[in-house]
Amino acid sequence: MDTSATGLLDVRDLSVAVRSRRGPIGLVDRVSLSIGRGEIVGLVGESGCGKSMTAAAIGRLFPTTAARITGGEVMLEGTGDLTNLSDRQFRKIRGARIGMIFQDPSTYLDPLMTIGRQVGEALQAHGYEGSREDRVAELLAMMGLPDAAQLSTRYPHELSGGQRQRVLIAAALAGEPDLLIADEPSTALDVTVQAEILVLLRELRDDLGLSILMITHDLGVVAQMCDRVYVMYAGRVVEERDVYEIFKDPRHPYTLGLLAGTLSPEVRDQELFAIPGRVPDPRAMPEGCRFHPRCPLAVQECREKEPPKQPLGEGFSACWKYDDPRLPRAWQLAEEHVLPVGFEGIPATSDDEVSEP
Amino acid sequence: MRHSWIPLFALKRLLFAIPLVLGVVIINFLLIQLAPGDPATVLVGDFPVPEEYLDRIRAEYGLDKSIPEQLIAYLGQLFQGNLGVSFSKRQDVLTLLLERMPATLKLTLSAMVLATIVGVLLGVVAAKYRGRAPDTASQVTTLLGFSVPEFWLGQILILLFAVTLGWLPLGGDAPVRGDGDVLFNLDYLVLPAVALSFRYVALIARMTRSSLLEVSSADFVAATRSRGVSESLILRRHTLKNAAPPVITVIGYNFGFILAGSVMVETVFGWPGIGRLLYESITSRDYPVMTAILLIISVTVVLANVLTDIVHALLDPRLERK
Amino acid sequence: MSTPTLHDATPNAEAAGLATQENALGEFWYRFSRNRAAVVCLFVVIVVIAAALLAPLISPYDPMSGVGAAQQPPGSPGHLLGTDHLGRDMFSQVIHGARVSLMVGFVVAAFATVLGVLIGALAGYYGGWVDNVLMRVTEFFQTLPRLVLALIIVALFGSGLTKLILVVAILSWPQTARVVRTGFRTLRSAAFVDAARVSGVPSWRIIATEILPNVLAPVVVVASLDVASAILTEASLSFFGLGDPNVVSWGGMLQQAQQYLRSAWWMAVFPGIAIAVLVLTFNVLGDGLNDALNPRLKDKD
Ligand SMILES: Nc1ncnc2c1ncn2[C@@H]1O[C@H](COP(=O)(O)OP(=O)(O)O)[C@@H](O)[C@H]1O
Ligand code: SF4
Ligand SMILES: [Mg+2]
Repeated sequence: MDTSATGLLDVRDLSVAVRSRRGPIGLVDRVSLSIGRGEIVGLVGESGCGKSMTAAAIGRLFPTTAARITGGEVMLEGTGDLTNLSDRQFRKIRGARIGMIFQDPSTYLDPLMTIGRQVGEALQAHGYEGSREDRVAELLAMMGLPDAAQLSTRYPHELSGGQRQRVLIAAALAGEPDLLIADEPSTALDVTVQAEILVLLRELRDDLGLSILMITHDLGVVAQMCDRVYVMYAGRVVEERDVYEIFKDPRHPYTLGLLAGTLSPEVRDQELFAIPGRVPDPRAMPEGCRFHPRCPLAVQECREKEPPKQPLGEGFSACWKYDDPRLPRAWQLAEEHVLPVGFEGIPATSDDEVSEP
Repeated sequence: MRHSWIPLFALKRLLFAIPLVLGVVIINFLLIQLAPGDPATVLVGDFPVPEEYLDRIRAEYGLDKSIPEQLIAYLGQLFQGNLGVSFSKRQDVLTLLLERMPATLKLTLSAMVLATIVGVLLGVVAAKYRGRAPDTASQVTTLLGFSVPEFWLGQILILLFAVTLGWLPLGGDAPVRGDGDVLFNLDYLVLPAVALSFRYVALIARMTRSSLLEVSSADFVAATRSRGVSESLILRRHTLKNAAPPVITVIGYNFGFILAGSVMVETVFGWPGIGRLLYESITSRDYPVMTAILLIISVTVVLANVLTDIVHALLDPRLERK
Repeated sequence: MSTPTLHDATPNAEAAGLATQENALGEFWYRFSRNRAAVVCLFVVIVVIAAALLAPLISPYDPMSGVGAAQQPPGSPGHLLGTDHLGRDMFSQVIHGARVSLMVGFVVAAFATVLGVLIGALAGYYGGWVDNVLMRVTEFFQTLPRLVLALIIVALFGSGLTKLILVVAILSWPQTARVVRTGFRTLRSAAFVDAARVSGVPSWRIIATEILPNVLAPVVVVASLDVASAILTEASLSFFGLGDPNVVSWGGMLQQAQQYLRSAWWMAVFPGIAIAVLVLTFNVLGDGLNDALNPRLKDKD
């Protein structure tokens, strides 16, 4: 079930909640995932599913002080459970064991500091001993940014989006981490630049043996990049599969819905499919299977009991109907009104008829 | 060169400032025209002057001509540095203003420095202890600063520190009497500077707090943290540096309000500057002095704004593009 | 079929607000009342308004004429707050002073709001050169040293409550204009506005009935702050002896107190407290309204 025998990172039953006036709100619920050395692992789901929160919990970088880990452990090879480290100890992990890059490269660089100094600062943080200037040039060149001398004196606003993302990667890798957490690294970029960045990340894996946790809402990115993938919905992992298997034989209605919404070249001009309804508000998570209000296969059991993880090869699917023969055609049947969308039986005819939960 | 574009930028900002100054001049002109009574009286002040002098004024300012011609004449006089004559003070207005300006600058700049130090301190403490007691205390202080009239604060300070405790001078006539060494009498400066600075303490503290909070939750701070840079370096190199420009802008752009506030405070303390002069000229209906003060304060405000923009541009490379 | 796509950036954004539109007023009051200080201040404002309206009934003496010995300290028999240099009752004067302050505060804020909304709406709705010209004018008015200009205008044109209110109002509208313009700029190309335009609704009606109601929240907040600053400006003008000589005003009382700081501290203390409290009240109310009307800002922390 778990490939983490030689795992670099092993996240077990990780839960995250934010404090609020009306009590804690769970955002991430018992998420387990593992990443081996040199492996690229995808974490995919619609936005708002808790992917970034999971990454923030691993990297101790929550967007708000109200958020905290409420359970589980984050085992890093050679270090042990990261959740037990003091802030001081954790700083030694940052950049040196785990690097992070983010969605919008324009806001993740200090606008008042030159590129060279920002990358150099990351080197300094890890006590780099040689000539920092040379090493910065080397790193930038490695990211496909030649002419480092000139680029180093530039400010972030003088760079293109793709250049900025490359600089962010250079800074994240300055401390030579084993794991790179990439939170939607190509989402904010132009299509061609997106592809270049993904190619770069793959090359870095190949050349440096880097492990990558690739967070994305786009299964197309997963197909291009990943070895294994975790599908996340409403704070939970609902399916984990080898990347080859998940495209060939997906076993969760949510995964199927995401796949149906992914562009394949021949349907470019058709209107894109999207799963009707919305990711639930964390303050009002549905009981049982959290996907049941949107699921065409939902039955009473789904509403009442959380589906167990059904082993599938090296992964699993957390769905009561994981081997239902209608599963592969579930969304098609829903569009043809053979199946209702959601347990409440809401027909999937048009947007305005899908009432808000 | 990183800053080679600054002179051009400064020049442009100055050019943009010209219409503002011109606007104030036109307001002055309109005031003279629209005020009840003879424009000549407004130009001279409510003071018995010989008829020949009135005639001369009428000729100089073309008062028998059309309004546009009068405006041109008025502008011409201003360009020659002729701000009129104060009859109640028996002095040329420009000389009078230049004489009173240093005292006002001394007071306003001291208040500004004081407000900057205290305000930034309060703002930093508030941001650091956000939502806790020091933050609340700082916010209450800020609120008081926005609510207490500076002239009343001046009176209360006089009551406390001069009348009751006797630690500091009352203000009153002493600085006027000692015109020459007023620049060095620090004890006279303390109370008016404190009274004047309170509102700016509030303004600066509020801006510092919100700017710091905003920057410390900025994405790039998180990114820097993710690279293992220590918190103290993040604060020094990134947070403070990025939080500074809005604070500096607030300080610079509000210099005009400090000047206006000094009108009130100088009056309470008998501080021999422009503000006190305005009070005197209002009481004695010395109109040329009044309009000249409006002009000089407006020009100072505009210059302070231009200077602020230049400092801002020096700190923020992103402004270059504009 | 048109459904929200995967790329829908923030599916929870609306859910996070969870605003129940049906009961907007209840929601508003719920949010406002969570700011305790604002609720207290609302109460203070109501009390001060009542006192101002009922001043002739509740003040023990005629505020304008000497009714006792001069300069009696607070707590003297019959004179809770003492008497001034002419033997007038301080308590009666403080109560009557609220009338001018409130009147100037409210009327100036009302004038400034109407003017600011008008200018901001035109600039924001039409954009282009209209916006350019109006915003240059707004900037100009913001650069002007308002207090000094007000002092000079009143000195030239003569004091009197009406003139004073007009002058302060003409100098107070820019902030409102700015927030209204920002609102109009974001909404002028919104779908519902386009729909109205396409169906031939005249511009003035789009401005007044489609867009304006949606940008009023910040206008109300600014208006509350305008009341506060108008009260301060009136006090400053009166302190300069430029208030209406026929009415009692706190600023005027402080002007007289200036000469008696040594002998009658109470003459300076009480009117000043009155000003500070009333101004503070409107500032806090502004904060409370802001919390209540712009909930998203607050919910972040
Ligand atoms: N700063 C925050 N405070 C409170 N809730 C948050 C915050 N950031 C995100 N959330 C909530 O956490 C949930 C998961 O968000 P996120 O991890 O960003 O999703 P994803 O990265 O999958 O798009 C969402 O419901 C979102 O509303
Ligand atoms: S079939 Fe049931 S368990 Fe499976 S996804 Fe749908 S609702 Fe969930
Ligand atoms: Mg995310």
